[in-house]
Amino acid sequence: MPVTKVVMPKLSEQMESGKIIKWLKKEGDRVQSGDILAEVETDKADVEMEAFGSGVLRKILVAAGNKAPVGSLIGVIAEENDDIGAVVAQAGSGAPAAAASEAKAPSGAKPGMADRPAAVPPQPKSEDPAARKPSPSTGSESPGSRRVQDAVAAASVPQPSGDGGRVKASPLARKIAAQSGVDLKLIQGSGPGGRIVRRDVEAASTAPAAAAVAAAPALRPVAQPAAAGAEYEDLPLSPMRSAIARRMPLSKAPVPHFYVTSEVAMDRAWELREELNGLEGQPKISVNDFIIRACALTLLQHPGVNASFQGESIRVFHRVHMGIAVALEEGLITPVLRDVHAKSLAQIAVEARDLAERARQRKLRTQELSGATFSISNLGMFDVRDFSAIINPPEGAILAVGSVRRVPVVSDEGLGVGRRMALTISCDHRVMDGAMGARFLQDVKKLLEEPLRLLV
Amino acid sequence: MAVMTYREALNLALREELTRDPNVFVIGEEVGLYEGAYKVTQGLLKEFGPKRIVDTPIAESGFTGVGIGAAMVGLRPVVEMMTFNFALLALDQIVNSAAKLHYMSGGQYNVPLVIRGPGGPAHQLAAQHSQSMEVYFYHVPGLKVVRPSTPMDAKGLLKAAIRDDNPVIFIESETLYNVKGEVPEDPDFVIPLGQAVVRREGTDVTVVAYMGMMYRAMEAAEELAKDGISVEIVDPRSLQPLDTATIIGSVRKTHRAVVVEAGAGFAGMGSEIATEITEEAFDDLDAPVLRVTGAQAPMPYARNLERAKTPTKEKIADAIRRVCYANGSR
Repeated sequence: MPVTKVVMPKLSEQMESGKIIKWLKKEGDRVQSGDILAEVETDKADVEMEAFGSGVLRKILVAAGNKAPVGSLIGVIAEENDDIGAVVAQAGSGAPAAAASEAKAPSGAKPGMADRPAAVPPQPKSEDPAARKPSPSTGSESPGSRRVQDAVAAASVPQPSGDGGRVKASPLARKIAAQSGVDLKLIQGSGPGGRIVRRDVEAASTAPAAAAVAAAPALRPVAQPAAAGAEYEDLPLSPMRSAIARRMPLSKAPVPHFYVTSEVAMDRAWELREELNGLEGQPKISVNDFIIRACALTLLQHPGVNASFQGESIRVFHRVHMGIAVALEEGLITPVLRDVHAKSLAQIAVEARDLAERARQRKLRTQELSGATFSISNLGMFDVRDFSAIINPPEGAILAVGSVRRVPVVSDEGLGVGRRMALTISCDHRVMDGAMGARFLQDVKKLLEEPLRLLV
Repeated sequence: MAVMTYREALNLALREELTRDPNVFVIGEEVGLYEGAYKVTQGLLKEFGPKRIVDTPIAESGFTGVGIGAAMVGLRPVVEMMTFNFALLALDQIVNSAAKLHYMSGGQYNVPLVIRGPGGPAHQLAAQHSQSMEVYFYHVPGLKVVRPSTPMDAKGLLKAAIRDDNPVIFIESETLYNVKGEVPEDPDFVIPLGQAVVRREGTDVTVVAYMGMMYRAMEAAEELAKDGISVEIVDPRSLQPLDTATIIGSVRKTHRAVVVEAGAGFAGMGSEIATEITEEAFDDLDAPVLRVTGAQAPMPYARNLERAKTPTKEKIADAIRRVCYANGSR
């Protein structure tokens, strides 16, 4: 069997390094190609890293909690008797974490021993004569010794459904397991001969997933409680915060922003929304969903706003992919709702909520985090009158949305009370001019003030 | 739409095509004066005369050859086999001439020929008259093979077969001639060859079946619905060309498949479809594809043995339960 180098994968365009949140396999575990080896934190999301070779995870070179640059060696998969010395040596001193894990492993010279439970007695009582052979001294595994190990392991973990590492699972079950990060070895199959089928994986993926989510936050950088009397404390940058810190000056300084603000009468939209949300069996629709839909339709009419500066040219997009800023404890993230111009209000409501929820759980896929042609940032829930947002390059504009406020309104009939909301668009002056931004905003305002147009 | 029997639907298709195109003619044993052994050609001699409805001696190789020759020079013959088992006598004409002349003449000749008649197991017709003859033909490059399960399909597919420029093997069934169903009276109603149809929608398992087996699968599906198993039934209608896209699409939805065929299973349609599914939808399968087929034995005459030889509703239901792992873990 060939030796497989496990390297830090490039999981997003901007990714330069990743942090191992935790290893899902430990040294000595047998892994199949496609098994999830570890969870990696990038600047945007937590992503599962899968194995690209089968064998035994012989060496972990970067321990959980440590960072490694993209492409660097973080582990080695090989068969038990393969010599991995040269491969590990190549990693050299570039992986400081290696020393720590090396020191903990008592028998680095006998790789593969680590998975043997300490409780295995040298002469296990067994009816099987083959099992009485003192197999550990030979170094190679006889079938008998494997059986003893399995029997011992069975006492503490669920019985593996395969024999000798070969797991019997339907192709569909394998596919779903790979997608949901379920380890097939830990599942009892309910099909013929113990074959793992879809229902087994689905049953298994609900329980452990919740545990993994609960465990994850503990591994994030946590500030030490401030000592009494200390003048200040330095909080470590989370990968997300450092990505924001790196990227925002790249926008604000070189991109000449200008801002246009308009006030929208939201009375009719508010009533329509209450009416829609009173309908049975309809998804709940938020004010932001109205704004997303209004912007999507208006962007089709104003392609110049749905555009990106490309140095020598301006790229005008014919489809609208909407970035929706979602605030998180440690920063913000902008998942992308694709082809939003072709989606109904109800579809937008369902998909936007799903994206936001998964953003908060950090369960977004990397492809859901790039490719926006326009973005919306809404601080309405914080009782904000209006604000200006920073453009997220290479997009050409972003819309900042304030709260819907009840304010005195002067009309021909006199003084009344109305609902008003401020919209501020930030535009890249290299792509468009003030009048273009103003006309766009005017049409968004018109749609929101005649909101039945959003339904047709 | 009119409600009519499968037999009447075939008769209507022939009548419409004979009227539409003067090059169409019918040839075979007892098709004229006797109006067909199964009365499919009833009334046609009287309406179209002896030049268009041609009675022949008992000589399958001969009149099939006449049909091929007529097709080569521009006519559109419909050759009737009294039962398709008799087509074995014309196998050389069909396989070596009809199927290959377009290729071997470098495209100089078309053979727009339909050979039709009943085939497959019926009721106590014994070893020589119960064979699922389609297997002999769909293996041959150059032939199209159709098996219509309903009156509507009988009409729409026979018309498509007659209008096709290739030789088409069109196998009906004695057991279906009296089945009634809705049939469009529109003379332009044609069902293109090579399009399967979903007869019943379901979510748990795809059953591929045609002709009598399709009806037995429908009965099995009704029964299994009571146990909460939702069966989707796909009727391929054309076996060559085979609409694998519809079959694969269904399997991608249900993740399980059972193929039913009346004939012996070895190297049969079930093998072919199971392979297509494995090649195209491997990662969507939650269980191996199962076949329910006739036994590898000649068809016995005795009724109880005939039943033992052929796929029954019970055998189909059992296979569906097995593929769903719904009969206890085994």
